[in-house]
Parts: sequence; C-alpha cells; structure tokens
Amino acid sequence: MHLGESTRECEYSQISTRSSTPMETPYKKKTPKKRKWETFPGRNRFYCDGRIMMAKQTGVFYLTLVLILVTCGLFFTFDCWFLAEQLTPIIPVIGAVLFLFVIGTLLRTSFSDPGVLPRATPDEAADLERQIDVANGSTGYRPPPRTKEVVINGQTVKLKYCFTCKIFRPPRASHCSLCDNCVERFDHHCPWVGNCVGKRNYRFFYMFILSLSFLTVFIFAFVITHIILNSQRIGFLSALKDSPASVLEVVVCFFSVWSIVGLSGFHTYLISSNQTTNEDIKGSWSSKRSKDNYNPYSYGNIFTNCCAALCGPLPPSLIDRRGFIQSDAPQLAPPTNGLPMYGSTQSQQSHKQVNTVDCHLQAKAAHCDCPHNSGVLLQGVAHHTGRGPEPRTEAESHVRARFGAAAARQIHLKARGGGISSSPWSPLQIILMLGLN
Amino acid sequence: MAETHSLQDLRHQAAVIAKVFIQRDYTNGTLCQFQTKFPSELETKIDKQQFEETVRTLNNLYAEAEKLGSQSYVEGCLACLTAYTIFLCMETHYEKVLKKIAKYIQEQNDKVYAPRGLLLTDPLERGLRVIEITIFEDRSLTQ
Repeated sequence: MHLGESTRECEYSQISTRSSTPMETPYKKKTPKKRKWETFPGRNRFYCDGRIMMAKQTGVFYLTLVLILVTCGLFFTFDCWFLAEQLTPIIPVIGAVLFLFVIGTLLRTSFSDPGVLPRATPDEAADLERQIDVANGSTGYRPPPRTKEVVINGQTVKLKYCFTCKIFRPPRASHCSLCDNCVERFDHHCPWVGNCVGKRNYRFFYMFILSLSFLTVFIFAFVITHIILNSQRIGFLSALKDSPASVLEVVVCFFSVWSIVGLSGFHTYLISSNQTTNEDIKGSWSSKRSKDNYNPYSYGNIFTNCCAALCGPLPPSLIDRRGFIQSDAPQLAPPTNGLPMYGSTQSQQSHKQVNTVDCHLQAKAAHCDCPHNSGVLLQGVAHHTGRGPEPRTEAESHVRARFGAAAARQIHLKARGGGISSSPWSPLQIILMLGLN
Repeated sequence: MAETHSLQDLRHQAAVIAKVFIQRDYTNGTLCQFQTKFPSELETKIDKQQFEETVRTLNNLYAEAEKLGSQSYVEGCLACLTAYTIFLCMETHYEKVLKKIAKYIQEQNDKVYAPRGLLLTDPLERGLRVIEITIFEDRSLTQ
C-alpha cells in the first residue's frame, strides 16, 4: 500500500509479497516450500518425492514381488534352455512378455493413487455441520450417525457421513481403516499389492491378477512338460535331481493357481456385473435382500460393463501429491458485531500467531492507523496488507478496487493455479469461532 | 465504480463474508454432476439464470470428460497395449477436458462473478466434491 497516492494509481500498484518494514523481518523466515504429500493426513507412504504412493504396511507386497521374481528367475534359468531346445524358442519369449506385463501391472497397482478423496477443508466441514445442525435441531450431545438418502436410477442409496474426512461419502466410496482415507469406488485393501484397490487402479489390479493367472498356468504347464520330457530320457528321479528348481516352481505354482485363478474368475464376475468386492460381500445389490433390489450402476449388458471398467476414461488423482502447499489461504473471518474485519488472508502456518482474537480486538485500532502499523499488529498477515503481484486481469483490478487487495490476490492465485492447504484449524480458532457464533 | 473508492477503502481489508458450497448431485450415479439449485445466499448477488447456466455448462463438461464412447475405448486399449507408457507423452482425454473447465471457470470469474464480488473455485481443488463460491464484502455499498 503506497500512502499518499491518488486512487487511480493505487488501483494498479504493486502488491508485493515481501514485507519491507524492519519490524516484520524477524517473522519473515524463508521456509522451504513443502509439497502436499508431506502433510498428507492419511496413513500412506510416499516415495520419489510424492510420485509413488503406497499403504503403510508393505511387507506382504515385497513377498509377492519376491515370489514372482524368484519363480520366474528359476524358470528362465533352469527350464527355458531345455524347452527352447526341445520344443520351440517362442516359449521363453512368451514367458518374458507375460512376466514383464505382470510386473508392470503390479507396480502400477501398488504405486498409484487408488482414488483417494481429499478431506474437507475447514470451511466445507463447517458448512456441512451447519446444515446438519439445522436439520437435526442441534443440542449439546453428538447426534447419531449422519446419512443422506439419494435415489440413483430408481434405487435408494444411503450416503454415509465420514467423521474422519468430514464429508458425505459419494456412492460406492468407502473409508479404508488401514490407510485412513476415503477411496472412490472402493473395492478392497489388498495387502499383496500393498495398496487399496479403488477407482483409479482397479483395471491395473485386474490386469495383474489375470496376467498372473496366465503366467502361473504357463510356468506350471511348461515345468511339468520339462520334467516329463526329461524323465523320458533319464528317468523320473534323475530328472528331478537334474533340476531341483523345477520342484520348487511346481509347488509354488500349484498353490498359486488355485487362489489366483479363482480370484481372477471372481473379479471377472464383478466386472461383468459392475460391482465392487465391498458391495458383493455386503450383498448390497443381491436379490435376496428384496425383490426390487438391483444394481443401479450396471449398464445392463456384460460387454458395456467390462468396457467401462477396463477401457473407460481414467480420472486424474484428486489429491495433487506433488503440488506445493500455498501458505495464503483466504479463510472465512468469523462474524463480528459490525466491527470491520481484518485477517481474511490468514497464513495457515502462522495461524497460531495470528488468531481471530487479535483481529477482533485490534481491528478497530488498526482501522485508524496507517497500513504498516496495522500490518505489524497482525504479524503474519503483515506481508499481505495491500501488496501483491500486479493485477493481471480486468477482474482483478476491478475486484481490488471494490473488495480490496486480499480478494484480488485470491483471484491472482487462482489464475496461477494456487490451491489451499488442507491443514486443520487450531483448537483455539475453533473455540473462538464457536464463542463468536 | 473503481473511480469512486477512497484510500480508506484500500486500507480496509476485504472480508470474506461467506462461502457457499454447491454439492454434488448423485441422482445419475457416480458421474461428476453438481446441483443446480440456486442457493439463497446468492439471491441478492447474481441472477438465477446466470448461475444455473454456469453450473449446467460445468455439468456438461464433466459429462464430456467421463463419456464412454469410441474415443475413450480407443484411448484405453491403446494405453493398455503400450503398458500405459503412452501417458508419459500424451494427455488423457479427461485431463484435456479438465483444462477446458479451468479455462471456463477463469472466464466466468472474469466476466460474471468478479464484478459481483463473487469468486468461483475450481472443483478440482476441492476433490470434485463441491463448487465453492466465495462472497466478498462489497465495500462500495457500505460507504
């Protein structure tokens, strides 16, 4: 804010993000910008600077990986030479292609975001609470679990309220207790892949188990062939002694075939009827519940259901793990009693220093002072008083004139793709807001 | 309007009076659609027609993103055949439409909402749960 300038000049003055007064410098620390995955509220693990996302317990995933790698490694080392010579060299080629496909889809399933729903921002949560209180006629105690009913294609579906994420879960979404996230189109949490299986990675999971069934059957069949062909030449026991690895492979494959092929069959059924494991286990759309019960999400025919699940559009990740946390988060200032309000651009990180009490008590005093002083009183908000980048659009300059620098800055941030961090309010803020309300 | 503000106005930090949240409409299943019901808080701020037109356009754009058609099938099959490596160089159809949506929201903010003291937030920043409309205090009326 430049004092003494004409109104027209003020409209286009630079809004600098850096504070210039000596008083403000101690508070202006150059903190390194954090990425959103670093403050992600769920129980997930992130690798490669947020590119890879997995569940907390990954032990079983490593077991899966080891089993596949060891079995295939043994197959290529001990059995493939014999089979390539005796039968055809295409066998190792097909084996290699299947192996690469299995590993690719496994890693894709394990490392991608299954469709996690970001938690509600404090304003959203407050708005929902207000709506629910209005509906319930609130009293002091916590009301019973909140549900909303919605009619989807003729079926009544109950949407449950998630107390952790503070949202009404969309249909087919569920909260994974292991990862502590709500996941869209939640299928199940698979420890073998070390991740939840949801909307965004279901097709990769299905491809993984399908290709793994083919690979298991393939290895099983050809190892048996190898032993049989070999035993025709040198006898059964000698053949076994000749390649002991084959015995191990047969054992692993034998036990895997039953489970993996069975699982593939089950998921093929789920895909063709457009259900999730979660819904099937609960019998949500089972006709046993009631005669009129049917699946409202099914497209009617098996082909369309399969195409939709496997070849449909892939939605992007909603949690933006690699985005940077924006420290300017315009928040709803709590209502006062006619006193002018400051502090609409409270820094999330300095919210402990700047609380609404400060704003409320000092607003009147600051109103009469020059902007620099008011900035000092508001500490962390200081560097937002009237400064910011040059207005880029007509809207910005217009809004700045009418609604102030903070509003214009918000538009500017939006234009740059700024987001708002999802860190929760401090308890003090919540208490103050309740008190002021 | 810009000419009549005073220095006092500029010192007076803008207050965010309220935020209105337009919730999702699940009557057509899990497709991303928003309710077109006109919220009461916006009654004095914006024309009902204008608001409904914005939400309806957004709904159409989201429907286009999630549409199951030959284009999405071809893209899906091609992606599967290339082991999804094709997305390293190509944008998905969904992402392209999301960019279109971001542009539309920016344009609506510039032309329609900002002059009325409102600001639309891209639903993608809210996990496609709500359309957040921020209402700013109009100080030219309070002076």
